[in-house]
Amino acid sequence: MNRKMFRGKKYFIEALWEGLLKISGSVTSIIIILIILFLFSEGMGLFKNNIVEDGYVVAVNSKNKIENLSPQQIKDIFDSKIVSWKELGVDVSEDEIIIFRLDDVTNYVSEEEIGENLENLPKILNQILEDNPNMIAFIPESYTKSNFSSKILDLGNIKISDFLSGKEWFPTASPAPQFGVVPIVLGTLWVSLGAILIALPFGLAVSIYSAELASNRLHKIIKPIIELLAGIPSVVYGFFGLIVIVPLIQKVFNLDVGETGLAGSIVLAIMALPTIITIAEDALRSTPRAMKEASLALGANKWQTIVKVTIPYSISGITAGVVLGIGRAIGETMAVLMVTGNAAVIPHTLLEPVRTIPATIAAELGEAPKGGAHYEALFVLGCILFIITLIINLVVEYISSKNKNKVA
Amino acid sequence: MKNLRKIALVIALGLLVSPFANAQKIKGSDTVLPLSQKEAEAYGKKGGKVTVTGGGSGVGIAALMDGTTDIAQASRKMKFSEKQKMQQSGRQAKEVVIAYDALAVIVNPNNKISQLTRQQLEQIFTGKITNWKQVGGEDLNIVVYSRESSSGTYEFFKEHVLKNKNYMSSVLSMPATGAIIQSVKQTKGAIGYVGLAYLNKEVKALKVSFDGKKYIEPSVATAKNKTYPIVRPLLYYYEVKNAKKVKSYIDFVLSEQGQAIVEKVGYISLK
Repeated sequence: MNRKMFRGKKYFIEALWEGLLKISGSVTSIIIILIILFLFSEGMGLFKNNIVEDGYVVAVNSKNKIENLSPQQIKDIFDSKIVSWKELGVDVSEDEIIIFRLDDVTNYVSEEEIGENLENLPKILNQILEDNPNMIAFIPESYTKSNFSSKILDLGNIKISDFLSGKEWFPTASPAPQFGVVPIVLGTLWVSLGAILIALPFGLAVSIYSAELASNRLHKIIKPIIELLAGIPSVVYGFFGLIVIVPLIQKVFNLDVGETGLAGSIVLAIMALPTIITIAEDALRSTPRAMKEASLALGANKWQTIVKVTIPYSISGITAGVVLGIGRAIGETMAVLMVTGNAAVIPHTLLEPVRTIPATIAAELGEAPKGGAHYEALFVLGCILFIITLIINLVVEYISSKNKNKVA
Repeated sequence: MKNLRKIALVIALGLLVSPFANAQKIKGSDTVLPLSQKEAEAYGKKGGKVTVTGGGSGVGIAALMDGTTDIAQASRKMKFSEKQKMQQSGRQAKEVVIAYDALAVIVNPNNKISQLTRQQLEQIFTGKITNWKQVGGEDLNIVVYSRESSSGTYEFFKEHVLKNKNYMSSVLSMPATGAIIQSVKQTKGAIGYVGLAYLNKEVKALKVSFDGKKYIEPSVATAKNKTYPIVRPLLYYYEVKNAKKVKSYIDFVLSEQGQAIVEKVGYISLK
């Protein structure tokens, strides 16, 4: 009787454990899915935003025939790069474009005319616009609600195609912020590619040496040192990069500026090394002893055995290590933020400043007005980064599953 | 052992909870952060309780909208869209200027140029002038450093010096003022801008002229007598209905003692 109760209690505890594990597993999965959903739902909000800054409109004289302007054109107009209406394909009686912002109102009327509580402002704005046929105005929407006879341009929402193919990233430009991800995505890929090109030969060399050639004593020294690399905070790497690597690159390549994609690649390569080395070494070590000994018994020397037997056998593990290393490199923020210069221009070589996705998110999220277009654009960047790393993970899965079949 | 753990737990909980009990919260701009911290410290000695956190002007203002902070500190004025959102949520924000900050334009100490006009600065930062010889210096490409687009400093420099034109897209943006100084120090053709409080001997501050006649050196004295043109206000925002709660702290910041702290931190006091 007593024993039975004891056994019952044991079963109960086991069942409890099982239940707890199940719950924690499912809770974690649900939370992960919720996070992803949140990321995408916040991001998609961007494409419901007007291309003009929230709360403002772009207006022109009522006789002006202009119908549509792209965000790029609006930016060029307000930067005085487009100066005549002809360039935009419309005929206006006076061709030169006059830009009007709310602060300019005192150039046209006195402060008394506007009134103490700005009560006459809507009427005055309308008047100024109608007096100047060649004017384009950027004014708050609330002043255009009633009796506004000038033409308010309906410019539509931010388009996904503009976002994905845009070449300029000016998230705080007014009147029309520019969200073009091409330079940022390319910057991310360039830096990661450079990092992997640098890390791969070093990582492979170290892992082969430490798995196959190093004496036991040496191995015991190398391994902890490599693992120590993984423990250094990324800010420290960034600072090291800014003070040591950046001036070095500037001197070696005789550049105007040392903050380049290459500096980011080198820092990331150092950071990705521990991942690549640890995983590749484990893979190399998992080669069955029998296979290596068979090769040696057939008269192959150590080097031939490594090249013809050990590496081919463990290639999937090595690839997995490399791809995980890239994964780490792509998502790294702080170190890259400090050394790559963060200029949002399309990079042509590794010796130019670049801007990466994680650096952009980290640098801008803090100051972006919550819920605005800029805020949501950063979430879309997060989505893009998520998709890139997802693809990388799928590649890892594919490679390792393929190799399992081969061995079997 | 068990007791020890319990005690540790209680202490940890206490540490977590105590600052939030009954304290006023300030959140926002990282530029204003060092000032607010010093003010809060001095105010704490008088028995008041204020907790200060950074995160950025946008974060602070968003927190004020949510009601999760009592005061938002900002290095830029509230944007129109933010004001509208505030109104929609039925709150009204009051603005207080607590200090001024001057921005200094800096170059590498080896650069021979020592003064520039506003027009020249605008052309350099928008990419129309790309070589120092175009402004009378040696034949050297100009490397333009700026703060991140989300920083209040970036926005202020754009409005005030570039007359609302956008920076060129190849401008190098740095995450912090310290990084700008470091980069300008080690890059020969560099130009950048930093808050007056951060100026040191490793970089050279330029004299600036807005009228093309008188070139003024950035310093606390010239900023105070309003001859130096690139000066911005540092602001606190609070909700009107909270006015009573925050009054004593804000009064303290505006008092003589509070304004003395402003100068000590390196910003420019109101008087």
